[in-house]
Amino acid sequence: MPDLLRMESITKVYPNGVVANRNVTFSVQAGEVHALVGENGAGKTTLMKILFGLEQPDDGTIFFEGRQVRIPSPHAAIAMGIGMVHQHFMLAPSLTVAENIVLGAEPRRGPFLDAEAAIQRTEELARKYNLPVDPRARIRDIPVGMRQKVEILKTLYRGARLLVLDEPTAVLTPQETVELFAALENLRRHGHTIIFISHKLREVKQISDRVTIMRRGQVVGVARTADVTEADISRMMVGRDVVMQLEKPPANPTHPVLRVEGLRHYSDLGKEVLRDVSFVVRAGEIVGVAGVEGNGQLELAEILTGLRPAHGGTVTIDGVDATNMPPYRLRALGVAHIPEDRMTQGAAAAATVEENLISDRFHRPRFQRAGLLLRKAIRAHSQELIRQYDIRTPGPGTPVKSLSGGNIQKVIVAREFSSEPKLIVANQPTRGVDVGAAEFIHRQLINAARSGVAVLLISADLNEVMGLSDRLLVLYNGEIVASFDQADQVSEEELGLYMLGLKRRPPEAAAS
Amino acid sequence: MEPLRAIFSAAFGYSLLRVSTPLIFASLAAVVSGRAGVINIGIEGMMLAAAFAGVAVSAFTASAWLGLLGAVITGIFMAMVLAYFSLKLKTDIILGGIALNLLASGGTIFLLYVLAGDKGISSSLPSKVMPQVPIPIIKDVPVLGEIFSNHNVLTYIALVSVILLYYFLYRTPLGLRLRAVGESPEAAESVGISVHRIQFMALGISGLLAGLGGAHLSMGYVSWFSRDMTAGRGFIGLAASAMGGDTPQGALLTSLFFGFADALSNYMQSLRVPSEFVQMIPYLATVLALAIYSRRQLARKRAAHRPSQKGVDPVVAHSGHH
Amino acid sequence: MKGEIAFEVLRTLVAVALALALGLLIIYLVSEEPWEAFATLVTGPLTTTRRFGNFIEMAIPLIFTGLAISVVFQASQFNIGAEGQLFLGAVAATMVGIAFQLPPFLHVTAALGAAILAGALGGLVPGFLKARWGANELVSSLMLNYVYYRLGLYIINYHFRDERAGAMVSFRLAETAWLHQFWPPTRLHGGLFIALAAVVLTYLFLYHTRWGYALRMTGINASFAAYSGIAVGTVILYAQVLSGGIAGLAGGVEMLGILRRFQWQMMPGYGFDGIIVAILARNHPLLVPLAALFLAYLRTGADIMARMTDVTAEMVTVIQSVMILLVTAQAFLQQYRHRAVVRATREAMA
Repeated sequence: MPDLLRMESITKVYPNGVVANRNVTFSVQAGEVHALVGENGAGKTTLMKILFGLEQPDDGTIFFEGRQVRIPSPHAAIAMGIGMVHQHFMLAPSLTVAENIVLGAEPRRGPFLDAEAAIQRTEELARKYNLPVDPRARIRDIPVGMRQKVEILKTLYRGARLLVLDEPTAVLTPQETVELFAALENLRRHGHTIIFISHKLREVKQISDRVTIMRRGQVVGVARTADVTEADISRMMVGRDVVMQLEKPPANPTHPVLRVEGLRHYSDLGKEVLRDVSFVVRAGEIVGVAGVEGNGQLELAEILTGLRPAHGGTVTIDGVDATNMPPYRLRALGVAHIPEDRMTQGAAAAATVEENLISDRFHRPRFQRAGLLLRKAIRAHSQELIRQYDIRTPGPGTPVKSLSGGNIQKVIVAREFSSEPKLIVANQPTRGVDVGAAEFIHRQLINAARSGVAVLLISADLNEVMGLSDRLLVLYNGEIVASFDQADQVSEEELGLYMLGLKRRPPEAAAS
Repeated sequence: MEPLRAIFSAAFGYSLLRVSTPLIFASLAAVVSGRAGVINIGIEGMMLAAAFAGVAVSAFTASAWLGLLGAVITGIFMAMVLAYFSLKLKTDIILGGIALNLLASGGTIFLLYVLAGDKGISSSLPSKVMPQVPIPIIKDVPVLGEIFSNHNVLTYIALVSVILLYYFLYRTPLGLRLRAVGESPEAAESVGISVHRIQFMALGISGLLAGLGGAHLSMGYVSWFSRDMTAGRGFIGLAASAMGGDTPQGALLTSLFFGFADALSNYMQSLRVPSEFVQMIPYLATVLALAIYSRRQLARKRAAHRPSQKGVDPVVAHSGHH
Repeated sequence: MKGEIAFEVLRTLVAVALALALGLLIIYLVSEEPWEAFATLVTGPLTTTRRFGNFIEMAIPLIFTGLAISVVFQASQFNIGAEGQLFLGAVAATMVGIAFQLPPFLHVTAALGAAILAGALGGLVPGFLKARWGANELVSSLMLNYVYYRLGLYIINYHFRDERAGAMVSFRLAETAWLHQFWPPTRLHGGLFIALAAVVLTYLFLYHTRWGYALRMTGINASFAAYSGIAVGTVILYAQVLSGGIAGLAGGVEMLGILRRFQWQMMPGYGFDGIIVAILARNHPLLVPLAALFLAYLRTGADIMARMTDVTAEMVTVIQSVMILLVTAQAFLQQYRHRAVVRATREAMA
């Protein structure tokens, strides 16, 4: 088969000196599903941004349908027939499905927008490709799975023949993933070509014809998917064999540290986000919260750490009523928090490593006297943490933003774990960090729990939440729909059914 | 009471529309740029520069309409400068706006001195004013005629602009794109809409409206230019736009409210209250209204949490936080 | 890191040079004697002792307002009300200077204390509205300028006005409230040392106290600060109050050191100048005096130029605004830097 796309010797250097792509050559044949895999930071996203005109390469050439092309903007990419479904949906929440689909290529009647035609065209496309959506609904009112369909329809409306899907299954339940794959098969039958970016190797094996593997900005292998095993791909991605199995001594939980009863929360729009949530986390155990993102996990974590108000119910920490306490009082009670979004909450990018390490304790007598900061004590403390948590930084005075993602996460982990916590709320603690750092953080979580800390682990990564947790809760639609006292006794498939709300365990069982 | 009767007179109604005109332009200028996600702090300076340009051009061409054209072009030009610096060169748009205000404040005095030999007022320049227009039929209706007829043509342009901007934003493809760019620039970018181009355009329209507002000040409201004559109206426009929910119709209403405060202070000049206090009214009203508005926004947010809804969609709840 | 600082310095210098070149161009266009005018602008402040004094005198209020703005900028807040706060401070100092009879040192202290208090109260209002209800401090602080300005004029005109003086001015301040002018024939006064002390104190506050740390963290990332347990609302409030206090002090020092009777009929503009000083100094207190001196030099030169030639002093605001635009333009000259980085990386790769 001829190459539909060929990107040759692409090099991209970001202004901060990071080489995102180094001499990358990547080609896709017409009509295939081609998987592009690699760890976070391997350069997949940059390569696709170049393909879609969002970034310009510093070097290299692109051939599309046999002709050399320049792609100066997304507009140019779309005109060529390239469509992209981004990892974070590119939809305007207050506009309707139809408005989002026709945006930029609107049907008109005279000088005005033809709203009826927009709805009609949306319905036609949805029927043709079997991707049912409600054209009149506003994006903010529809579930994630449907938003993704809107994204795909958007590219098809613009006549895309080459579709790029950037980690499309990251936000989907196993069942929604099945639906997506059916849709992709259908698209391939209609003659479309698909680039599928992922790091979930099982899915890659399942859906793709060929696979290109990237590591540290370079292509390290191209293969027919049928010819390689998951282990082969994994080895190429990481450069060494990864042991996913964590050694975890058995839990020996003692007294309850966190007790949540009847917790409720409503969003700014008045929607109920958490409904009658009750559970207990005891000292010495890790309780995992599984669930598709957006089912109340963020809100739960933020209520427990004082960043969001509870609108009903109680939170008790070590016997103290901690409902709606401000963060500084919760921290004084011994609550540590690894937030979901490390750059917006967990760290101050422009501040130094040292300044980031003391943000919760700068007011303690150890670090200030009469308001004056004790620079020597602070310096010694931060150097100790840098050493202990193996933070790779030129020094404590280096701005955090110049560290790698994994090391920034280590700064956060170092601060939170060294605060002598009784309770750690860890929300997606290893998202987007390299394997080495993730392993380190996992070990720290286990060590903390085994030394008597209560750990609440919220994660959308099933491997992580199943591998680390002693007990498991499933959050769906703001409710705890299932609870397992033995995290290792439930299968991934079964968990998926609960996560999607297709199955639930009676609340009596959940309240154990 | 004398002032009370004055407020309910037709003359007060007329004066309300007159003093509200520059505020309507300023607030519409804020709406169109705000909706595109580019806050235009420079409206104040654009109005001031346009007010000066209107006087200067009309004095030298002896044509009020050419003066208006000069004012509008000046407004647009200043907006393009702001757009170029903030969008292309990544100047902080608020600092950029402040710089433009400074530029207009000093630059107009500088040019006034060059042209009129005076640093305070342009009375030595034979500038023109825009005509007043009697409205047929309405002008003969007793009270209504007194209030609505015989305004400066720019007052009518202001009212028409509210309607035009409404249709532009909500009924045209370009308006849809503008709103999408303001709400979710990545979404717009992902379908090939040039965010910069839309924002350039929005700032251009914003400058045009600010230019019309400035022209009204020096070629309608009064018939001369004086230093810093905008006196914060551009900023009041920003406040009015925010309080009007960033919609043209909301901006009209809040502009009328601030116009009311302004007209009230004009009417109270005759009373024996120290003039310093009377002149404070429009600004105090803005601060108070802003405080009350912000407080209500906060209360509304809290009220939304009342447990009443059923059939919750988990995704919806999530949408507010990313 | 070093390269980054060097690049920033270079970029600032190029921006300043471009702005000055634009100034030259404007002078050339409007003046009959452009070279003379430009020469006066550039060398004027150094030609006589008195002019040199004017230059340093002018820097004093700019140092204060530059510090005032730096403090709020470091908290990622705006304060374009420094102008009004300074005005209030001047009025308060005038009131104390006229209405009280106190021994010299005490009188100065009381007058300046009143100035700080008045300015701080002036900053409290927008700070409170923002911290409590989230009201945009940009709009509120600007609107309050007009309110404070008229409030100040009312106090002076109705209660402290010297009817015998021809113009609208207040009575003279008691001599006990004067700041000593120590270098005749210039008017250089003790306020210079107060300003330098303020520089050091602001620096210590921002970089060596827990409150300064909390303020900077809030400025860098407010969500992070809140997450860490810092009371962001309180920080916003004290940043605005402190900024207002420093601006008020500027007004008081001007009264006690230079004017010695209230004679402003318009806002003097130092509050807005403080913005450019803070921008040039990158919000760092220790760099504020440098930036203030630079701007004062330009201003003094412009005043002398206006007196000696046919170009008005307002020309400087054109230079100033172009400087703000260019110095804050992050992408300005960035492409050259990017090219250099790419080249260096490529060489390293080869």
